[in-house]
Amino acid sequence: MSIRRRNNVRVTGAATGRPVVLVHGFGCDQNMWRLVEPLLAEDHPLVLFDYVGAGRSDLSAWQEDRYSSLDGYARDLVEVCEELDLRDAVVVGHSVSAMTGVLAAAAAPERIGALVMVCPSPRYIDEDGYRGGFSAEDIDELLESLESNYLGWSATMAPVIMGNPDRPELGEELTNSFCATDPDIARVFARTTFLSDSRKDLETVTVPTLILECDQDVIAPREVGAYVHAAVEGSELLTLDAVGHCPQLSAPEATASAIRAFLSSGAR
Amino acid sequence: MSPGAADDPGVETPGTRPAFSSLLEDSAEDLYESAPCGYLSTLMDGTIAKINATLLGWLGLSREEVVGRKRFSDLLTVGGRLYHETHFAPLLRMQGHLGGVALEMRTAAGPRLPVLVTSTLKRGSDGEPLLIRTTVFDATDRRVYEQELLRARRAADEAREQAEADRAQLREALAVLQRSLLPAALPDLPGVETAGYYHTASPMELGGDFYDLFPVDDTRTAFFLGDVCGKGPQAAALTSLTRYTLRAAMIQDADPVDDLSVLNRALMERYTGDDPRFCTAVAGVFERAGDTLRVRLASGGHPPALVLRSGGTAEYLRTRGGMLVGVLPTAQFTEVSTVLRPGDTLLLYTDGLTEARVGPGRRLYGYEALLAFAAARAPVGSRALVDALTGLLRDFGDGLDDDTALLAIGVPATP
Repeated sequence: MSIRRRNNVRVTGAATGRPVVLVHGFGCDQNMWRLVEPLLAEDHPLVLFDYVGAGRSDLSAWQEDRYSSLDGYARDLVEVCEELDLRDAVVVGHSVSAMTGVLAAAAAPERIGALVMVCPSPRYIDEDGYRGGFSAEDIDELLESLESNYLGWSATMAPVIMGNPDRPELGEELTNSFCATDPDIARVFARTTFLSDSRKDLETVTVPTLILECDQDVIAPREVGAYVHAAVEGSELLTLDAVGHCPQLSAPEATASAIRAFLSSGAR
Repeated sequence: MSPGAADDPGVETPGTRPAFSSLLEDSAEDLYESAPCGYLSTLMDGTIAKINATLLGWLGLSREEVVGRKRFSDLLTVGGRLYHETHFAPLLRMQGHLGGVALEMRTAAGPRLPVLVTSTLKRGSDGEPLLIRTTVFDATDRRVYEQELLRARRAADEAREQAEADRAQLREALAVLQRSLLPAALPDLPGVETAGYYHTASPMELGGDFYDLFPVDDTRTAFFLGDVCGKGPQAAALTSLTRYTLRAAMIQDADPVDDLSVLNRALMERYTGDDPRFCTAVAGVFERAGDTLRVRLASGGHPPALVLRSGGTAEYLRTRGGMLVGVLPTAQFTEVSTVLRPGDTLLLYTDGLTEARVGPGRRLYGYEALLAFAAARAPVGSRALVDALTGLLRDFGDGLDDDTALLAIGVPATP
């Protein structure tokens, strides 16, 4: 199984230029970047992929122990960078993947030269002196919601959703397929995401880093953005005039121009 | 008005039927406000712009508290909000429509309201998203039912896992017990080559075949092989009794006929009345004489031993009489003897081998086929013979449905 097939890797955009890897977070798949993609494609080669277990990745490659820690997801990212032999790439990670990017940059410093964290949170659960915005019970509630909603997932649809590389149009038509995930896999990703604590890892960041936060985001509130900004030395923090946790969908122009401005100025 | 006239659509005019006239009084506004489901419209940032009375009633909120002040996700539980942000909102943006999503809303009174939510994105003439229209259905009963289903599935999953664990444990226990009925390894004897093999038909059932081989003094070695009636734990208990009785008897006095008689008495004494239990067995003793082995053996109702000669022939070593062991108090056993010269091999086996089903007609493999198989391989050493037979058993596939024990004793050919 090649990494390209395993992670449903898609390379698009400019033929030359600094490569940008767009990494989806917990919930949906690489389609999350569909509105930002054309805005970056002119100047940069773009790499998109699905984590194993998400989108149209190869579900047979999913192993619970590997994907029960963020390191497993970071390995996916590093392996994609290696497969494409990327150098000095910019990793744009949404949500939990901002932290995956941190781990990957530490593991493969020659391949990853800058980070853009979109709505990052290194720790979702409140703790003494730290406010992540959630309690452990809230996360249990999320797991309940996951159990109540299969969003187009069913075992019979799985082979179609996870794709048939010969007939990609099949999956394209399926309602909710962008977020359709095997419930068992989604549960593991949810637990890994929302129970992780990556605050220490922020100190390892040495590459230029842009933090993009939304003005109003219930998942990553502004005080978390401020925390990340303070923890990553020399990082740049930009607050987008957007509501919600997915500015790449709700404010794609603002998101793309922030990334472009960062890349053309301080990302070296 | 005659009944005929009322049924005639030709003379019917709107307003003459009471049901129809009340329908006309139902304005679109009233239908929106008092519909049997919740309606709400939000701006793209989620701010609620419009909400109907039904939903306000369910939530226990006033219009003033909600419109322009709350976002849709504010009405959800925290877990539901997480789900909304990670799945619902992005999907709605990408697809323009999302239906049948199960969420929970927070009511002012405290209890949560399970709902099914469907949302549609309304776009302006330029294609830009303008607002989100959402319908909300009370899903209390459905959620209870779904939770029952989930609980039942979890219970079934747990029961299955437990059953699998129990099965694995049982299989392990059975394997240990089964091994205890066989020698761990055959002893090394100078100038003699021995080999044994045991095939278990089912890992979940204890087999009823057994064999053993052990020195009884400086010159003589005793051996036996047999098959108890039945399968499972009771057969295993009988096997255990048989094996240790024969072993004790042969160590005491290595005389095959006497030893089978001791076993006969032991089984008769142990299994009386309406639970008769019996076995077939071959018991024997061999001792070295120069470069040969002198073998004496006795059979109790067991298939005849097979001798493969150095000259390339094979023959059955028939024992006359030889009744089942454990059936009659007066059972008689007779002795037969042979001499194994260099290159000769003696084979003991159980009927799993000869009663295997082969070929399209699933006929019995039988004694003749076994004799031919042996003759085709003679002369052959004990290990090589047992290996060849093991391969044969494997080739039988599902035609082999019984346990099978093999024990070969031979004198290696002089180089």
